[in-house]
Amino acid sequence: MIWNSKYETMPRGELEALQLERLKAQLSRVYEKVPFYRHAFQQQGITPDSIRSLADMSKIPFTTKQDFRDNYPFGLLAVPLQQVCRLHASSGTTGKPVVAPYTANDLRMWTEVMARTLTSAGVTKDDVMQNAYGYGLFTGGLGFHYGGERVGAAVIPTSTGNTKRQLMLIQDIGTTVLTCTPSYTLILAEAAAEIGMDLRLTKLRLGICGAEPWTEQMRTEIESKLPIKAMDIYGLTEVVGPGVSVECPHRCGLHIFEDHFLPEIVDPQTGARLPNGQKGELVLTTLTKEALPVIRFRTRDIASLRAEPCQCGRTLVRMTKVTGRTDDMLKIRGVNVFPSQIESILLQVEGVEPHYLIIVDRERHLDDLEVWIEVSEAVFSDEMRKMEALQKKVKDEVEATLGIGVRIKLVEPKSIARTEGKAKRVVDRREL
Amino acid sequence: MKIRQVSVFVENKPGRLVEMLEVLKGQKMNIRALCISEGSDFGIVRMILSDPAKGADAIRKAGFTATETTVLHSEMPDEPGGLLETVAKPLAEAGINLEYFYAFINPSPGKANIVLKVSDPDRAEQVLRR
Repeated sequence: MIWNSKYETMPRGELEALQLERLKAQLSRVYEKVPFYRHAFQQQGITPDSIRSLADMSKIPFTTKQDFRDNYPFGLLAVPLQQVCRLHASSGTTGKPVVAPYTANDLRMWTEVMARTLTSAGVTKDDVMQNAYGYGLFTGGLGFHYGGERVGAAVIPTSTGNTKRQLMLIQDIGTTVLTCTPSYTLILAEAAAEIGMDLRLTKLRLGICGAEPWTEQMRTEIESKLPIKAMDIYGLTEVVGPGVSVECPHRCGLHIFEDHFLPEIVDPQTGARLPNGQKGELVLTTLTKEALPVIRFRTRDIASLRAEPCQCGRTLVRMTKVTGRTDDMLKIRGVNVFPSQIESILLQVEGVEPHYLIIVDRERHLDDLEVWIEVSEAVFSDEMRKMEALQKKVKDEVEATLGIGVRIKLVEPKSIARTEGKAKRVVDRREL
Repeated sequence: MKIRQVSVFVENKPGRLVEMLEVLKGQKMNIRALCISEGSDFGIVRMILSDPAKGADAIRKAGFTATETTVLHSEMPDEPGGLLETVAKPLAEAGINLEYFYAFINPSPGKANIVLKVSDPDRAEQVLRR
């Protein structure tokens, strides 16, 4: 199903003309209203008029997460505060959070892209949607909430946490759609198993999962443990929150709502623009945001783009599933390592659960990589040699893929902390 | 004869074994025999319990990974060469491989008990019965 056929299936030529028109208007506005952008453009020796085609984009300087920190809280605001009617903020793991203000039009646009997102993922007005994304400063809760209401689904605003109550509501109210992080779906499955609840006997049929990178193997795991089709969504606070892109039923990438968000892929090191199909850092420009327009934002998310039309009818470009971030890339003994690589390997070993922790330490000037894996009943044996064989198998696979040595530690179930929000996968103890 | 053994995955850190044993005590469960096989980070605690199903269930509910397996229990004379003549030799001659075993005292004088995990439990049972 398609929520807004006009924009989602617009012929490419027409769409690109619309993008250019909106881009020019956006650039003029930020040049006039936001000193940060005016200075950045001037330093580069350009004005909004220098941009005559979408290809000219590469002349415009990037905006980074650091720019948001430097301009905290309102330095990037492009409207008077009187026009702002809501403020969100991202979880600030380091330093100050990113503040995201919205005008009434911004909220309407956000609700629209969330309605498209949910419709693409398969939500209809007949659904009961249990929204276990966090309500509050985090954009996930309210973003999904208003999108769900717009589509006409019955929204249960459970927010995160209280896993037992989540399960009770799934059972008693007959929830059909679950919206939460991919790791939380597995926490729910685990908790259901503990209390002897069979999720297959509930009405659950669909999960819409985002807010953290996850692999195809994790999707297989989720779909084997819960009776849901798990759909991937993408978004970020700096740009809008959830609602930037989403999978369609063909699950061959995430369609970016390009009439509002203009994507590019660049080389994370050089910043050079990369052609479609090549993997690099996703860069996004908002085309219609009023309160917090953002120009060429470096998302730090690794993806590639595909422009071929999709069987679903959407003409919107597709981005691959985000499987890593430039900033959670670990450099271990000079080798680039993404946690998602290790996750893929672990999930290929039968019975291994996607609860793992990567620990990097430095002993006598040498990086030391350790991966903790929880021992479930599926892999546990009373024979030591079988346990050692499991350890060795995982070790060999990781080492073959990464080309560096690893120590595999088997730990008890639940000994790796569960989070209701984004899962913590890496502990880097090196003091660099 | 065949009996059920409960095996538990326990990490090598102070207090974990205590926690597991507390669970069994809470269930008024008697441990008839026990053996720990140790790796570098963890141990496998194998136990013969007075009520294996109930014991395994309680241990799992306490958050441990546990599994139940079928092992052989046999009596042997508590005398020099007892293990050799009544268990080890007959199994070796029958070509049955021992995965692991552990022995413990029998309350009746002159007897000892042995718990064995073997490659072919059915045949081993016949061999040991002789």
